[in-house]
Amino acid sequence: MAEIAERTGSFLEGFDAFLRSAASRSPERLQAMRRSAIDRLASTGFPSKRDEEWKYTNISPVLERVFAPVITSQGNGVARRDVDRFTFGAVAWHTLVFIDGHFSRELSTLHPLHDGVIIGSLAETIDRQFEAIEPYLARVTPHDTDAFTALNTAFLRDGGFVFVPDAVAIESPVHLLYVATGGTGAHMVHPRNLIVARENSAVTVVESFVRISDGVCFTNPVTEIVMGPHASVEHYKLQDESPDAYHVGSIHSRQGRDSVYTSICVSLGAALSRHNIVSTLDGKGAECTLNGLFTATGTRHVDVHTTIDHLQPNCSSREVYKGILDGRSHGVFNGKIIVRPDAQKSDARQTNKNLLLDGRARINTKPQLEIFANDVKCTHGATVGRLEAESLFYMRSRGIGEQTARAILTKAFASEIVDFIKPDPIRAHLDSVLHEQIEHMGEAMIPGGA
Amino acid sequence: MSTETDRIEQIATQEYKYGFVTEVDTDVAPPGLNEDVIRMLSAKKNEPEFMLEWRLKAYRHWLTMVEPTWANVHYPAIDYQAIRYYAAPRMKPKGPDSLDEVDKEILRTYEKLGISLEEQKRLTGVAVDAVFDSVSVATTFKDKLAGLGIIFCSFSEAVQQHPELIKKYLGSVVPYSDNFFATLNSAVFSDGSFCYIPKGVRCPMELSTYFRINTADVGQFERTLIVAEEGSYVSYLEGCTAPIRDTNQLHAAVVELVALDDATIKYSTVQNWYPGDKEGRGGIYNFVTKRGKCVGARSKISWTQVETGSAITWKYPGCILQGDDSIGEFYSVAVVNNLQQADTGTKMIHIGKNTRSTIVSKGISAGRGQNSYRGLVKILKKASGARNYSQCDSLLIGDKCGAHTFPYLEVSNSSSQVEHEASTSKISDDQLFYCRQRGIKSEDAVNMIVNGYCKEVFKQLPMEFAVEAQKLLGVSLEGSVG
Repeated sequence: MAEIAERTGSFLEGFDAFLRSAASRSPERLQAMRRSAIDRLASTGFPSKRDEEWKYTNISPVLERVFAPVITSQGNGVARRDVDRFTFGAVAWHTLVFIDGHFSRELSTLHPLHDGVIIGSLAETIDRQFEAIEPYLARVTPHDTDAFTALNTAFLRDGGFVFVPDAVAIESPVHLLYVATGGTGAHMVHPRNLIVARENSAVTVVESFVRISDGVCFTNPVTEIVMGPHASVEHYKLQDESPDAYHVGSIHSRQGRDSVYTSICVSLGAALSRHNIVSTLDGKGAECTLNGLFTATGTRHVDVHTTIDHLQPNCSSREVYKGILDGRSHGVFNGKIIVRPDAQKSDARQTNKNLLLDGRARINTKPQLEIFANDVKCTHGATVGRLEAESLFYMRSRGIGEQTARAILTKAFASEIVDFIKPDPIRAHLDSVLHEQIEHMGEAMIPGGA
Repeated sequence: MSTETDRIEQIATQEYKYGFVTEVDTDVAPPGLNEDVIRMLSAKKNEPEFMLEWRLKAYRHWLTMVEPTWANVHYPAIDYQAIRYYAAPRMKPKGPDSLDEVDKEILRTYEKLGISLEEQKRLTGVAVDAVFDSVSVATTFKDKLAGLGIIFCSFSEAVQQHPELIKKYLGSVVPYSDNFFATLNSAVFSDGSFCYIPKGVRCPMELSTYFRINTADVGQFERTLIVAEEGSYVSYLEGCTAPIRDTNQLHAAVVELVALDDATIKYSTVQNWYPGDKEGRGGIYNFVTKRGKCVGARSKISWTQVETGSAITWKYPGCILQGDDSIGEFYSVAVVNNLQQADTGTKMIHIGKNTRSTIVSKGISAGRGQNSYRGLVKILKKASGARNYSQCDSLLIGDKCGAHTFPYLEVSNSSSQVEHEASTSKISDDQLFYCRQRGIKSEDAVNMIVNGYCKEVFKQLPMEFAVEAQKLLGVSLEGSVG
């Protein structure tokens, strides 16, 4: 038991205070869910490197620190111009701004909506119309999915709620913008997003995690995506947190018949980040695409675990993940594809490619197939390497400096993923962010370099 | 179609060909394991003191270990006290000097298995060490090999006659504390083959060991050690069968290979232990630790395995690529049918510079079989210029089987290049149609397609084995199409 206590860190302590503060405003079912979540966490603790799913990622740095929950936020004096630079200049988008995990109506931009559509803060919806949320909340991601989900559920309060009724397509993307102010000391936030796309509906949701100034924080978001038949959801997640931040997040989706889901996850920041992306194909003919890019420099650690679960026949899945690792960083990729006994005619393809720019960088990759049906086509591939000497030579022989040549090749490597991104503003933004990051990569490799 | 289905069913119910029991007078130990059993075992083999101590050290360590559960296989708990740790055909106290002294029944057994030790005397090409239950019963071509300085004998004999070599290399690749089953083997290993190729010698013939489990409830724990000195070459084959019984039998072997500078070891296995019946009753638990160490620069170790038998296979032949420019290879065909389970793959540990490894794994699942590929490619920090290519394909026949891949790639060096590819599919209808259209029966067509799929691995096998492996594959899959 002592070991479990060690492995729950200081997280249990903040819970009672949180429950009292939120209690007066929450329905009993939600309170009960929070309590079972904290009980589950108290009994099992956080995973250690002995757990197969956490074999290469040591979360002790998170457990050793004390993070205070942000119970109320007055916006911390953040003004509109502070957040404008994170909105990609997309004024037509529905932008929900969360300051240290709390929704800020003043900073958000909401446009008129079609009848029945809800785009708003989860906390406000819980208070005003819990019945709209109840049928969906914690159904795709039950509180006992894993320790970090339990933690998120225990502190569940705010986040984005998007509800699209039957046969409605929302044209402008919905942007859930999570801003860390960095001004509140070591704190933690547990955003919970719920996206419901009913039959024949369509929506694009962008989640971004950014910071105004650097500081220590722990972000533990959970996103649930529920899709009805023929629904179409595009989901983007951009993680660009402070170099001292810890980020452990999950995205879970469950798809109905013939629905189409696209997820693109780009992880650029944080000292330690972990993304669990679980996609369940629970209707005949559903399609999903999981693409992503992760970069790390210095001593950062980035970990992506994806699972695609083919439950029903005739589904297809595509996955491409790329990693760029520099300095002494450590990357982990684990891509699991499960094809259940009934899921005949499944078609799954997965690729993971990693680029090591520095001799000290490390990568652990494990593409994994678990197939229980026979009439399937499943492939996966993984590669690890450095920039090709021939390509570098080609550029050098044409008078391009080594550093520039490296940057061009590295950017080209990343662009396969960036090009998957449909909304122009995000693509343009990422292009410039990556450009700046890549410019400084691999310097240690060049003799006489900085 | 219906007559064809009937025929296929007939074949499907055909029994395991090697399932007979040989009636020989056998000297068996009572079931159970304790230090006295190990002392008795060691005394029976008249082993020197250091061997007994090593066994006891392993046994004491084993007591502190727990059985691993991470493999993707399921079986009821094994009662280690119900196993007999020693069984030997009764013979003169001293090992047989020539085939004439070997029990006629045993010789007949090997003849039934298609390995005529008598004939081996006349035909050149393969030198055989035959292991019956716990002991080696005959080794052919010893004298001819001795002329070249090659030592090829049973492990027990090697302990008596070459203790210095055993002392030096035993446990140098698989230490006694390596894993649960290897530690158990270190404590109770009965016999096996020992092979030593001196400096600069190219072994002129294939060396081969044939393992046979005969007695009931006996666990077979053989230990093989092959040492290839500088610039030498050896190709080694291993085959195995067991009688049909409805209880499970444990087989926990350890194989160690040591390759010094410029040496090459080629190790081929055709494993055909009794797989159990259609309902999954009986069969061998094949929990084996096989590992080679490329100690010297430019050395090479190549594993080829065809795994068609055993109720459960748990086996990861690996290579430690320690010497610079050393090469590791792994070619595997693993077939599961009925209720067989296999969790097999390889480990390639790149330590030296410019080390290279190739992995080609072909899994075939039929019936209700579950087949897993589990592999590790680890490139350490100093292994600059390391190169790995892995390919693991799975073929599914029937809708109740499963195929799983768990490849681990751990890379800590940026100048290395690692590639992994895997695919899972069934036999395409187009291919089948093409064959059927040309008048080839569907059973034959499947056989042809499967053989084509495995060709890459089969062509690595020595000729006689390749033919046997192809036939075996056909038999293992009989009745799985219809």
